[in-house]
Amino acid sequence: MSLLLVLLLAAPAPDYGNTQLPDPRAEAQARELMGELRCVVCQGQSIADSDADMAADMRALVRQRIARGESPTAIRNWLIERYGDYVSYDPPLSGATALLWATPILLLALGAWIALSTFRRRR
Amino acid sequence: MTSGGKTRWLIWVPLAAFAILFVVVATGLMRPSDTTVHSTLVDKPLPDFRLDPMVPGKPGLASADFGQGAPRLLNVFASWCIPCIAEAPQLMALKARGVAIDAIAIHDKGPAIADFLRRHGDPYAAIGDDARSRVQLSLGSSGVPETFLIDGRGRIVRQYIGDIRADQVDQIVRDVRAAR
Amino acid sequence: MIAEAGLGALWFAAMLAGLQLLLGVLALRRKDAAGEQAMAAIGPVAIVQGALVAIAMAALIAVFLNTDLSVKLVAENSHSAKPWIYKFAGAWGNHEGSMLLWVTILGAGGALVAWKERTLDRATHVATLAAQGAIALGFYAFLLFASNPFARLNPAPIEGQGLNPLLQDPGLAFHPPTLYAGYVGLSVAFSFAVGALVTGQVGPAFARAMRPWVLGAWVLLTIGITAGSYWAYYELGWGGWWFWDPVENASLMPWLAATALLHSVNVLAARDGLRAWTVMLAVVAFSMSMIGTFLVRSGILTSVHAFAVDPRRGAFILALLGLYIGGALALFGARIGQVRAGRSFAFVSREGGLVVNNLLLSVILGIVLIGTLYPLIAAGFGVRLSVGPPFFHAAAGPIALVLVAVMAVGPMLRWRQDQAEAVLIRMLWPMVAAAGTFALLLTLGGGMSVLSLLGLSFGVGLVVASVLPMTRRNWRRTPLPIWGMVIAHVGIGVSMIGMACDSAFTAERLVALYPGQATIVGPWRVQLDRIYPNVGPNWSALGAKLTVARDGAAETLRPQQRFFTDPPTTTSESAIATHWDGQLYTVLGQQDAATGRWQLRLWWKPFVTLIWFGGIMIALGGALALFGRWFKGWQQRRREALWG
Repeated sequence: MSLLLVLLLAAPAPDYGNTQLPDPRAEAQARELMGELRCVVCQGQSIADSDADMAADMRALVRQRIARGESPTAIRNWLIERYGDYVSYDPPLSGATALLWATPILLLALGAWIALSTFRRRR
Repeated sequence: MTSGGKTRWLIWVPLAAFAILFVVVATGLMRPSDTTVHSTLVDKPLPDFRLDPMVPGKPGLASADFGQGAPRLLNVFASWCIPCIAEAPQLMALKARGVAIDAIAIHDKGPAIADFLRRHGDPYAAIGDDARSRVQLSLGSSGVPETFLIDGRGRIVRQYIGDIRADQVDQIVRDVRAAR
Repeated sequence: MIAEAGLGALWFAAMLAGLQLLLGVLALRRKDAAGEQAMAAIGPVAIVQGALVAIAMAALIAVFLNTDLSVKLVAENSHSAKPWIYKFAGAWGNHEGSMLLWVTILGAGGALVAWKERTLDRATHVATLAAQGAIALGFYAFLLFASNPFARLNPAPIEGQGLNPLLQDPGLAFHPPTLYAGYVGLSVAFSFAVGALVTGQVGPAFARAMRPWVLGAWVLLTIGITAGSYWAYYELGWGGWWFWDPVENASLMPWLAATALLHSVNVLAARDGLRAWTVMLAVVAFSMSMIGTFLVRSGILTSVHAFAVDPRRGAFILALLGLYIGGALALFGARIGQVRAGRSFAFVSREGGLVVNNLLLSVILGIVLIGTLYPLIAAGFGVRLSVGPPFFHAAAGPIALVLVAVMAVGPMLRWRQDQAEAVLIRMLWPMVAAAGTFALLLTLGGGMSVLSLLGLSFGVGLVVASVLPMTRRNWRRTPLPIWGMVIAHVGIGVSMIGMACDSAFTAERLVALYPGQATIVGPWRVQLDRIYPNVGPNWSALGAKLTVARDGAAETLRPQQRFFTDPPTTTSESAIATHWDGQLYTVLGQQDAATGRWQLRLWWKPFVTLIWFGGIMIALGGALALFGRWFKGWQQRRREALWG
């Protein structure tokens, strides 16, 4: 991993902050990930939608790593290791987000219960 | 909906939900808001990196330079960063009090850095060229200037976000001493 | 002078709002001469209140148009070199001014009800005006004590600080007024509901009286959201049209509640069903508006759209929220038991479908609310996280798809009772259309996301299902409200198709070119001819002349990078070529210092305009329904006048 990082920094690379990857499938993967990562210096934008320099740097990081074959999950985790869950717009499943992800299910259950009691009473 | 038996309490659900949200939001409002993004690498080992030199006569920076037994400061700066000018005197003061400081310069060029050092002082033992912010990102830093305190074993002990103020110098010296 | 007049008008309006409330209470409690006088006076008081707050708003606009720098708000937000349209619209391009606009619509709503509302029983009408006055009172207090738009600055500065260049766009003249008219217009429905809870008169007559107000506010809110989305799309320069940003969600949540409300009020008017639902939704809709206002102005959530933040103002609004929403919900709990149940209906019936519709919309509303507030909840436990599109798509997407299916089948259901088998037969063609689209898209390959795939298929199914019943009807004999429903539902389908196409078929090209070089994006050849300087009233710019061609037909696009001095900012103005089958979206970026090449961002977005075209159709459908009922009522009154 550290060797990879050293290689990454040693070799000259195109500015992937504002250039696309040549492989369309990799680029599509990168785009999807970029839409889900938060720009840490902006007021609530993903790195895919931001003019900030740091957002361009993060885009370059994402594209380079995708080009080297890393999975989007690995890249996301690498960033979360350094910036916390804050940097991911996709809240990871954890104790802290259990309530969040349970909300649709809970609300649907409540809704179904209301529906059933509305109609059962009518019969 | 009739007012019969089982569903009687249902009509109070919206009010109860609102009351809960009200309390949550009110406490959120009273809490002092901290919108700075902190690195989550505090108390973790410094990530590996190696950067080329920026100015002639001064070595580049690598992670291996840290953790050699003595704590060092790692300053993230740039010549185009205005608050970095503001903190330059404080960094010089820290150097004068025996604190070792290295730096990485982001999105910058050698001549501009040399000019900056000439004008505002040079407290650095080494400056690494982080042209594309890779190392900055790998540290969990989100802007300039920021300073990291790395202890003698190569662990990141503290992160100081923003320019270092004159009244922070004493505290930083104490932190450095404590980080042995 | 004008500023003081405006402030004076505002104070007077506030006092009249208080009087309005007092008169209402008096009229409802006293059955004697004093009560009668109060009942007669409350209408005129509401009308004068509305007129006064409109005068205050006009005064603020005048002060901005004159660039009166002795007024603090003008000094902080305007500039003498700004084009007059942005001086005008800039009056509401800041917290205090937009809050004054908010309150103006509140007052205007009450005045309009007092002037035009004639069918409701006297007591409920008075209770409604009293409720409107009560709400207005709180927000007048907020304006006067915590957000005075007319505060003076002494000495006056030589020049103003200017308006954020992102706001210097025709969108500013259009989006906030329509949005607020809808958003705050829902206060009328809220007041109706509170009034009806107080007097206990919840029935078809109440629904018929409330319906045009709900429809009107909903139409305006739909237009406001659509306009806001399109503005963000062409202004921000990255081709996105919805970000699940807290402020955007703040406008979506009232819309969801208002959509459920407008269906519910129809059931109450036509079939005397869903009484409690209708009242609850009317309360929830404006509550969402107030919650949205709080989120935008309190600073507790980070957003690109947020106004200058101040927790003290946030605390004030929160207190108002507690008072009004808490009060209304408590009133609901206490009084809804008094309201007798409406007529019964089976599960498979139009009423049943609408109950399911209400439930699904409420669930989506709940998801958006919790998702928006969750970072705040988590922060209370020391956890810092972000909730964005991945959550909302995953959580609300499937439910929205089910809702679309219900929308498709709903108009085909008979009132009171229907047969499930017969309904399935009626749904045959729509299901075939949806399945066919699905199969076709699968064969195209291309790696569409599941949500886009299903969204497109369901959208097509919805369009077919909405149009199908019309093929069997006599078009000239069909009442306008039915046309309205069809067009609105088709609009939703069209919008969904647009969203899915944008998500699945957009072609993107990020390049750095020298002048003279060309590149390909989708079916287009884009050539950078030259870079040239340009100058505007309060900006200078670097523009790119692009020649874009498809199948031989060429046209010119000129994206720009604009540099403003007050405040010093750079904005990128995108250049868009709109065709029947999509838009070519071009943006000029930075020049690469090392190579001298110019950054270009190019997108070919097939059928993306359907998103907003659908939005307009939705609003149009509502407007048709509104007009149709008004017209029928007018014809009826004329007939009665003629024939006695």
